[in-house]
Amino acid sequence: MTRLIFRLPDGSTRAVEATNGTSVMQAAIQGNIRGIEAECGGACACATCHVYVDEAFAGLVPPPEPDERDMLEGVAAERRSNSRLACQITMNEEMDGLTVQIPDRQF
Amino acid sequence: MGGHVVAIGASHAGVQFVAALRELGHDGPITLIGEEVAWPYQRPPLSKAFMAGSTAPDNMALRGPDFFDMSGIVTRLGIAVRAIDRARQQVVLSDGETVDYDALLLATGTRPRPWPGGPMPEGVFALRSLGDAACLRTAAEHASGPVVIVGGGYIGLELAATLRGKGGHDVTVVEAAPRLLARAASSDLSALVARRHAEAGVRLRTDVGVTEIDARDGKVVAVRLNDGSVLPAALVVLGIGVVPNQELAMEAGLPCENGIIVDRQCQTLDPAIFAAGDCTLHPNRFAGGMIRLECVQNAHDQARTAAAVLMGQEASYDTVPWFWSDQFGMKLQTAGLVEGSVRSVPRGAPEGGRGAFYHFGPDGCLKAVETVNMPAEHMLARKLLAAGVSPPADQIADPGHDLRGLLSKPL
Ligand SMILES: Cc1cc2nc3c(=O)[nH]c(=O)nc-3n(C[C@H](O)[C@H](O)[C@H](O)COP(=O)(O)OP(=O)(O)OC[C@H]3O[C@@H](n4cnc5c(N)ncnc54)[C@H](O)[C@@H]3O)c2cc1C
Ligand code: FES
Repeated sequence: MTRLIFRLPDGSTRAVEATNGTSVMQAAIQGNIRGIEAECGGACACATCHVYVDEAFAGLVPPPEPDERDMLEGVAAERRSNSRLACQITMNEEMDGLTVQIPDRQF
Repeated sequence: MGGHVVAIGASHAGVQFVAALRELGHDGPITLIGEEVAWPYQRPPLSKAFMAGSTAPDNMALRGPDFFDMSGIVTRLGIAVRAIDRARQQVVLSDGETVDYDALLLATGTRPRPWPGGPMPEGVFALRSLGDAACLRTAAEHASGPVVIVGGGYIGLELAATLRGKGGHDVTVVEAAPRLLARAASSDLSALVARRHAEAGVRLRTDVGVTEIDARDGKVVAVRLNDGSVLPAALVVLGIGVVPNQELAMEAGLPCENGIIVDRQCQTLDPAIFAAGDCTLHPNRFAGGMIRLECVQNAHDQARTAAAVLMGQEASYDTVPWFWSDQFGMKLQTAGLVEGSVRSVPRGAPEGGRGAFYHFGPDGCLKAVETVNMPAEHMLARKLLAAGVSPPADQIADPGHDLRGLLSKPL
């Protein structure tokens, strides 16, 4: 189990315990985090699981594969350099405390 | 609207609907009734990651374990609705219990089209539910002979790819139409998919029908085709389409054809009864008429529309249909509806593994875009279709031309 922190659009934060090997998207679903729609269920086909990874953790998260980079062009909220698709980030023990911001919209 | 809302069917459409109702501020009671015992789950991985053994049911949950409790939504899982009494505004459950409703959503989906001719021998499967998928996966792990998949639609082909690619099985796909994906994809894309499957060693038999399924000692042994050939089979999967679960609606006197008929507000003839998802026959701008769609996008978007209408909002269902499929490492995505298109223009190198087919209707308007390993192009296509923008053929054919410029708003 690794701690994962979501910063919500209203400024509040929620911490969840994520099982290593699952994605940030799945951890959000399991933890009832609002604002991650994940319409395609993690197939990297919908871009509605968009998050911003806190700069402090940028080095801990492997960079996006070409498919994800491509899909990021379709996110509804502003695309930033730290934009990621939550379904493509797999949790591991080194990511303890990973903090991601949820954008204001996914559609 | 503060009354009791009941949803029948606890899958993509039903779950999205009850969640959207709470998001939109409905504070009355909500009950979600579903026949399947399993916790509501994503269906698409059943033929993909779940079948390949690379994802567990926990990772397929549509919502977390305490979502419904925390949202004040009562769930009744593992129990079916047997009848709707519209006069009393009640549904009758399979155990005889009745539940009153002020508004009702039918999100009953579809079921595999049954094979004509009664009970099937051991070793013959259909794939719709998690239970089906778990049985099929176990059988495939133990099967020591060839696999025959009847039906070359998306589900059949995804299964073929998974069983061949991950399981190393000897797989034959039999399709009665002259080509694969005859209903859902263009001939360009189906030719490309056929080539990829053939390269990977999947045997394809198109334009030939299955006449008989042979069994010995109650176990399947072969599939007979109408050209006289006999395919030995240790495992047969029937992927011959689905039929909408509309009997409840029909018996309650609601008009149905190939699906429960709804309007753009997702309302049936009875203003207290909505329907959403695979079970609906609905007016669709992108189809130019009534259509029944079988995709997650349609289930989610209709469910959200129904919830908004119920909450008194001016909403109508008008979303670009989209779909994805993963086969042999190819990410296939479709935006719009291919059917009815008369001309196609390729972009990039779809045959080479990365490109797109743009499809146009007789009026010259863009109708659909099929992409192969080009997700950004897919996202762009959805925006072009929503905006009604048809890119000129020479710009499509020039891969260096950035089509994003055609949209008035920057991306
Ligand atoms: C193997 C497979 C792969 C797929 N892959 C993709 C894909 O890659 N992309 C995509 O977009 N779509 C895909 N689909 C299609 C997608 O899963 C469906 O479009 C979606 O599930 C439709 O959701 P729904 O809620 O309308 O219906 P369903 O998911 O069919 O759910 C209906 C539910 O209602 C329940 N029910 C029915 N009658 C009753 C009753 N009387 N009482 C109580 N409950 C009842 C059923 O048990 C079921 O749980 C796939 C489907 C399958 C089977
Ligand atoms: S869940 Fe669809 S892209 Fe992440």
